Amino acid sequence: MPNKIMCRMGDGERVWLPAEQIKEDILRGTRDAAERAKIPELTEEECERLFDIMADPSKVVSVSPGEEVIVTDDAVSMLFYADQENSGQGIPMSRTQSLLAYERACAADTISMGHTDYSFKQVKPIINYETQEYYNASQMTTAPFFYGSQPNMGLYFQPDGPYPNPAELLPQGKISEALEAQEIAMEHLSADLIYIGKEMNGVGCEGINFDTAASAGDADFKATLQAVEKLKALAPGMSIIVGMSSEFVMGMHGDITYKGKRLAGIYPHEQVKVVEEAGADIFGPAINVNTSESIPWNLARAVTFVKETVAVAGIPVHPNVGMGVCGVPMFEVPPVDAVTRASKSLVQIGKADGL
Amino acid sequence: MPTAHVMASAMGGIRTAGDLVAWMQMTRKMKIDEAKTYVADKLGVELIALTDEEIMRQVREDLDIGIITSVSGSAKGIAAKWKIAELLDIDINSVNHFRAKVGI
Repeated sequence: MPNKIMCRMGDGERVWLPAEQIKEDILRGTRDAAERAKIPELTEEECERLFDIMADPSKVVSVSPGEEVIVTDDAVSMLFYADQENSGQGIPMSRTQSLLAYERACAADTISMGHTDYSFKQVKPIINYETQEYYNASQMTTAPFFYGSQPNMGLYFQPDGPYPNPAELLPQGKISEALEAQEIAMEHLSADLIYIGKEMNGVGCEGINFDTAASAGDADFKATLQAVEKLKALAPGMSIIVGMSSEFVMGMHGDITYKGKRLAGIYPHEQVKVVEEAGADIFGPAINVNTSESIPWNLARAVTFVKETVAVAGIPVHPNVGMGVCGVPMFEVPPVDAVTRASKSLVQIGKADGL
Repeated sequence: MPTAHVMASAMGGIRTAGDLVAWMQMTRKMKIDEAKTYVADKLGVELIALTDEEIMRQVREDLDIGIITSVSGSAKGIAAKWKIAELLDIDINSVNHFRAKVGI
């Protein structure tokens, strides 16, 4: 493919694009992010730097020595023993063995564990099992060790939970009922997050990860913020990460506020400020991936959002870089060339404190 | 995929000083440059040495704060974290819990 550069689409498909098109995609991507969130576009120099990373002929790229950052995760050690639904390899290993392998064989900066279902609601009935597993492992691990799970307020609605489902009520025009259901579920979720956090702190938990926050919208996000605030008062020695589920908070309710700030529709550079105000220690923005656009377009958007978020943040920012967010292709086995280009771009241009 | 990120951008965990810098982000909310500077000062090494295995392997062994390879009798797990908490002058929740259990 003379005069063309090997590249990827948002779904991971390999394509060869002319340099001019990659540059154009980078420009369109940064403008899209800037217009949506009303933040600055990448500078001409940053766009050129991003192009250079995209056009690097190496399969695997990396940051330079001295530029490395901290990597946190969402129970990545689970991948050793979990099944395909968790992108796992199905190796017959215990959770503790997986944690130690991730710490010592993969040399991860931090490690974490979570329940296979990875939702806090599912953890509550088996909390004693989880605290015991965490405690036992924490005596053997040296790297910082998080317990992670998703707030996932959707599980509190029928048929999975006790409350009427807003997704069914809203199309029926039952607006007030839909709002009320979310408000009740929000308080229930918040209480569960606090309960689990307190139990984990009781066994010396080093850090808790509220991962994929706001997946059910603004009420889900507020439940998480309330839990962070309460846990920071009850358990100040337990570090807290709040990682997001998408680039803006869906207004499933619309009128939910936190300390006077309306949560619906806020973007990462605004999300980090409320997360910071709640008392969290690390923030993880999640920028959506459009599978029909190229990785240069997707990555330019992600870097634009992340750069502004890092610039305004008073706490470390670790962009989420799993499948389908922050410029990583939406594919179960993301190609390593695309993953490392996302990694390098977010650190070198986005100035992320970690990933 | 996680391994690709670790290789492309991470500090190297207990292979180097990645865990130490991570503790500073977790316990003091330090941004990456501040956290690295703090750890380098505590270790008495240059910033660039924090991710240099050739230097950090010996530093970690000398301080007995946990190393990537298994040496019988060396500190690892809660013993290593106890020493890391003292070295970095931070509170580590699991260490505090352990200290409370043994009455120290």
